[in-house]
Amino acid sequence: MIRAEWTKFRTVRGWVLGAVAALVLIIGLGVVPGTGGSCDASCRLPRGPEGHEVADRAEFVHRTLTGDGTITARITSFTGTKFTGPGRNDVALVPWAKAGLIVRDGTDPGSSYAAVMLTGAHGVRMQYDYVHDAAGGSDGAAPRWLRLTRAGPVVTTAESTDGTHWRTVGEATPAHLPESVEIGLFTTSPQWAEKMHETFGVNAVRGGPSTATAVFADVRVEGATGAWRAEDLGGPGGADEIPDDGPEPGAAVRDGVYTVTGSGDIAPAVSGPNGLGTTVTTTLLGTFAGLVLLVVLGGLFVTAEYRRGLIGVTFAASPRRGRVFGAKALVIGAVAAVIGSVAATVALAAGPPVLRANGAYVSAVTLGTQARLVIGTALLLAGCAVLALAVGALVRRSAVALTAVLSVTVLPYLLAMSVLPSGAADWVLRVTPAAAFAVQQSAVEYAHVENLYTAPNGYFPLPPFAGLAVLGVWVAVAAGCAVVVLRRRDVA
Amino acid sequence: MRPALKCEWTKLRTSPGTPWAVLAVAVATVGLSALAAGSVTCPCATDTTKLALTGVQLGQAVAAVFAVTVLGGEYGTGMIAVTLTAVPQRTTVLAAKALLVSGAVGVSGAAGVLGAWLAGRAALGDHLATGVRPLAGSVLYLVLVALLGLGAAAVTRGSAVAIGTVLGLLYVVPIVSTVVRDPDWKRHLQQVSPADAGQAVQATENLAALPIQPWPGLGVLALWAAAALLTGAALLHRRDA
Repeated sequence: MIRAEWTKFRTVRGWVLGAVAALVLIIGLGVVPGTGGSCDASCRLPRGPEGHEVADRAEFVHRTLTGDGTITARITSFTGTKFTGPGRNDVALVPWAKAGLIVRDGTDPGSSYAAVMLTGAHGVRMQYDYVHDAAGGSDGAAPRWLRLTRAGPVVTTAESTDGTHWRTVGEATPAHLPESVEIGLFTTSPQWAEKMHETFGVNAVRGGPSTATAVFADVRVEGATGAWRAEDLGGPGGADEIPDDGPEPGAAVRDGVYTVTGSGDIAPAVSGPNGLGTTVTTTLLGTFAGLVLLVVLGGLFVTAEYRRGLIGVTFAASPRRGRVFGAKALVIGAVAAVIGSVAATVALAAGPPVLRANGAYVSAVTLGTQARLVIGTALLLAGCAVLALAVGALVRRSAVALTAVLSVTVLPYLLAMSVLPSGAADWVLRVTPAAAFAVQQSAVEYAHVENLYTAPNGYFPLPPFAGLAVLGVWVAVAAGCAVVVLRRRDVA
Repeated sequence: MRPALKCEWTKLRTSPGTPWAVLAVAVATVGLSALAAGSVTCPCATDTTKLALTGVQLGQAVAAVFAVTVLGGEYGTGMIAVTLTAVPQRTTVLAAKALLVSGAVGVSGAAGVLGAWLAGRAALGDHLATGVRPLAGSVLYLVLVALLGLGAAAVTRGSAVAIGTVLGLLYVVPIVSTVVRDPDWKRHLQQVSPADAGQAVQATENLAALPIQPWPGLGVLALWAAAALLTGAALLHRRDA
């Protein structure tokens, strides 16, 4: 039966051409150099101790500590500047501006660390090795005492309002703290971005760099040796430079009071408006175009039989209609899956070099993520093709079937990626089969990094396989209805 | 022509999908437009007229699918044989269908565009400029998209491939034209793409920077529709049904 259905598919020249066209479209749109930038070969993000790409840029005032020790300081004031345009600076802290105490494995970008900090709007936090963040502290603001103790591999932190009553913030064991570490004060402030309300669409975003200034008093270090050194930690924390009319990053000391101004971030790197570059998902942009063709093929695969009356012959030859539907689903699903996996593999291999040649930074992805993108694209196309087949079997008319399926798959995706406001886009990408596009997400969202986590920036509202499951439910329901109706209904 | 027109009118009037399609063009146009206009607070950094007519980008899909099914559906059911037996002048059949589709989409498009403008006016107030060209042009745009769909159905003798082709032209080509990096190629692509060029008729600001001017842009879409209809007519004339 499967062979019969496969023969029907492969002997219709238009269908085979359509399948090939889907493959060509996905790959073609994937390798078209859409995004550009000003990154050359030197433009590389440092890697953190756990292998993530990270931003590591801050103003760091430090001494060398050998063995165990403690640093205590009182942050008396914490202020910031947001750069909103030439000559226009907002005096405001961005939510994830950070100032506090840190112990690091040296000053190289991407070093292992643990830190306790005051943030712009998220209270006192303890963070270590870039990706770990805990809100162990109060939601208080300056003035505030902070303390950080290193004992062997373990770092403990505490906060206080008066310097005598201490409350533990957290405890951590960073990946690599050698005998001799750098301990001290730091200030940093990430890029900011926000949706513009005066205009409309995906590009309606404004943003820029920001700086933060913290004043540290009563700085005491137990166990440290050597002189204080101030350093602008180097890794690229943000693409934009600080405008001339803003406070310059730097550190000053006067009567034991340290004023530290920094810009950047010590955090995992994200792609999107607040980060650098793009993700490999960009190279799978053409999926929706291939999807249109495969939905057409899936619908036609059954409606053409109704139109020509061939369905009568098919059901006469194999009276078990559920099985006939199963065979059709298997054939069209397999065709779509093969196209999806081949196209995604080629696009993922050939696309990023093209983007890099244009100066766009492409975030690194693990082999596992790449495999998920390939398998996910295959399942996305296969699911939508089978959905079209099922709807085609239900309504028997190609125009109705295609309109219905395209308006719940491709249309929501295109609208969400282009014109819908982000609230509506998130909703649409949760309930329609277009939710399955989430399986193509390669960017990672971090709760402790401010960014516009929206679909056009590559962040879908559902986790990858949950999105695919939404499509799965649609396919299952449609296929179930199709089988029931096929069994009950007269042949045509 | 008159009997053919009457014949087609009866079919169109009595087919159950027609009122829904006509309604859907208007609803889609108004709905998305209202959503777009409602998500913006003015003073705005955008072309408010174009913004208030965003829904045309959804209405065009409905209009195209409707037009395709008017002819493609007949191929699907075998009705086309009856139609061509009754009116053997095939070009006349196509002309009658084109006229009726234009009328239906024109009426629903006008309702949709007017509704979109009223919704925009409610959301944006005086920030929404008053101009006849973008509104009338948008209605014509929808009509021309429908004619393009009708022509495509005549060429492909069916609904499925015609829908795929027209929606591809309307939605995939604009995306390709935004991702092309070479500015000259980008410009040329936007000058010939039916959706990009045709929607130039909605622009009211910064006209000098457009790849193609409003009316010539709509003209490009008209050429696409004419080419599709003429090819369809020629093939319909020559080919077996």
